[in-house]
Amino acid sequence: MKQFVASLLSVCVLAFCVPVLALAQSGPLRIEITEGVVEPLPYAVPDFVAESASAQQLAQQIARVVADDLTGTGLFREVPREAHISQITSFGSPVQFADWKAINAQALVTGAVSEQGGRVVVKFRVWDVFAGAELGQGMQFAGTPDGWRRMAHKVADQVYSRITGESGYFDSRVVFVSESGPKDQRAKRLAVMDYDGANVQYLTGSSALVLAPRFSEDGQRVLYTSYETGMPRVHVLEVGTVQSRILQGQDGVMSFAPRFAPDGRTVVYSLTQGSNTDIWAMDIASGGTRQLTSAPSIETAPSYSPDGSQIVFESDRSGTQQLYVMSAGGGEAKRISFGQGRYSTPVWSPRGDMIAFTKQNAGRFHIGVMRTDGSEERLLTASFLDEGPTWAPNGRVIMFARETQGAQGSSSLYTVDISGRNLKRVRTPEGASDPSWGPLQ
Amino acid sequence: MRLTAKLTLLMAVLAVSACTNANRFDNDAVDLNAATGSAGGIVPGSASDPSSPAYFQQTVGDRVLFAVDQSTLNPQARATLDGQVQWLMTNADYTAVIEGHADEQGTRAYNLALGARRANAVMEYLVAQGVPSNRLRFVSYGKERPIEICSEEACYAKNRRAVTIISAGLTS
Repeated sequence: MKQFVASLLSVCVLAFCVPVLALAQSGPLRIEITEGVVEPLPYAVPDFVAESASAQQLAQQIARVVADDLTGTGLFREVPREAHISQITSFGSPVQFADWKAINAQALVTGAVSEQGGRVVVKFRVWDVFAGAELGQGMQFAGTPDGWRRMAHKVADQVYSRITGESGYFDSRVVFVSESGPKDQRAKRLAVMDYDGANVQYLTGSSALVLAPRFSEDGQRVLYTSYETGMPRVHVLEVGTVQSRILQGQDGVMSFAPRFAPDGRTVVYSLTQGSNTDIWAMDIASGGTRQLTSAPSIETAPSYSPDGSQIVFESDRSGTQQLYVMSAGGGEAKRISFGQGRYSTPVWSPRGDMIAFTKQNAGRFHIGVMRTDGSEERLLTASFLDEGPTWAPNGRVIMFARETQGAQGSSSLYTVDISGRNLKRVRTPEGASDPSWGPLQ
Repeated sequence: MRLTAKLTLLMAVLAVSACTNANRFDNDAVDLNAATGSAGGIVPGSASDPSSPAYFQQTVGDRVLFAVDQSTLNPQARATLDGQVQWLMTNADYTAVIEGHADEQGTRAYNLALGARRANAVMEYLVAQGVPSNRLRFVSYGKERPIEICSEEACYAKNRRAVTIISAGLTS
């Protein structure tokens, strides 16, 4: 993990393309995500140019990951390489726009890779083919060879962001529970992976049951629930060193469902005392705790608003699970879910404008989103068991776990756009559940 | 464990068969009859020994079941728990952990809290009937530890449970 952080040594703008910037950004090449894209934008990513002999393979691999990222959003459609007329043989040569227009590639990504002494440099440019101009500025990323996927994701994030006007989410990681074994003997361990399922790294063993890991805002720490002591308790793990420790100050029978406050200093979680489960907050450094709800019902699954001022949580105080919002200091809570069925696992979007949730109704599970006041509810999925949404760092995509029905049932991770389109399975080596999407790196 | 050590070979065989039956938890007279019949007497530590955890599990009944989303003890559950109380009062050396469970229909955190409600309902009942609370504790596994794996009510009904696990004696 450390080498990952260290591998991205430098990011710099190729200064010599500045003059085209203003022109390109006012050009027509733009996807407005909020309007709902029906027709994906056609683009081309020829193999990047290998500027040193040893970079040949990387130059191809990086271009493929860039294409996988972009096409995977459902917003872009790649014009296959077999259709390309021009070949990009030199990063500095002028682009033959007519050749790319002829195959209706509206955007073109060109790049070059060099490798020398264990240092890889990736350069790229994005072209608005029909405007005949560069979109934004050329950039380069440098790192170690084993960080090549991250560099590819960074290129794709730039392309995505220049064309959509939104920040990307490709250079991000997801912490989750990796699952193996049958339903009645399931082994679970924490793992972290790239957003696309690559580079899986296990963070714990499976000797103790572990549940629901949650990234800190900066992606450096993970809160999770572990039965290591025989009772469910909140633990915190440093991702860089893979060292974990139990949080102090956990009274009561059991504690679970932790989540960081945006400042990373406070943890909000559920604590069970007797038959009653309430929401508490803990100062990580001092272990000092404060009770935020006090009702005889089940209060759990708390999640902070991105400004840290409010907490959304689930409670069955009305008789069934519903969503409520309260001040981060506790006190009066306002119910926001009023539709049919039961609502749970609310998560505030990183933009602050929406809340994603799990909904159970008429024997089916759904992942949905609503405004923070509960209006404009929209269900994005439906299945036997969908659960536990987590937001992409740009608030446009949601990842969740889907468990299949029956004795052979197993859990996998899926992503879906907040429009409800582009439902896709994330490939993981084993079963997977409880994803938590970390920040854009 | 200390009781297991006393077993002879024959008794060990009986214990194995008891375990197999316990896993299926159709815990009625058949097992008991088979054990007492073939052994021809009470075997310490086996299911035929009324002071053994195996007897508690199979004959007294170690678990109670719950309706969907409920933690209320029905008359059948209370009858089972009355038996547990009697056993725990008689065998005062033992402690117990009550494990609360939920079926898979529900989200993870909620099911943890629901399992706690169920386990606590059992614990409160046992304490109210006289079992010292310092011999009891509970934990919830939510939907993490199903014993039946089909996705039908027949399985769900058995997974919505609170199981009293007899553990190491206070004095051992």
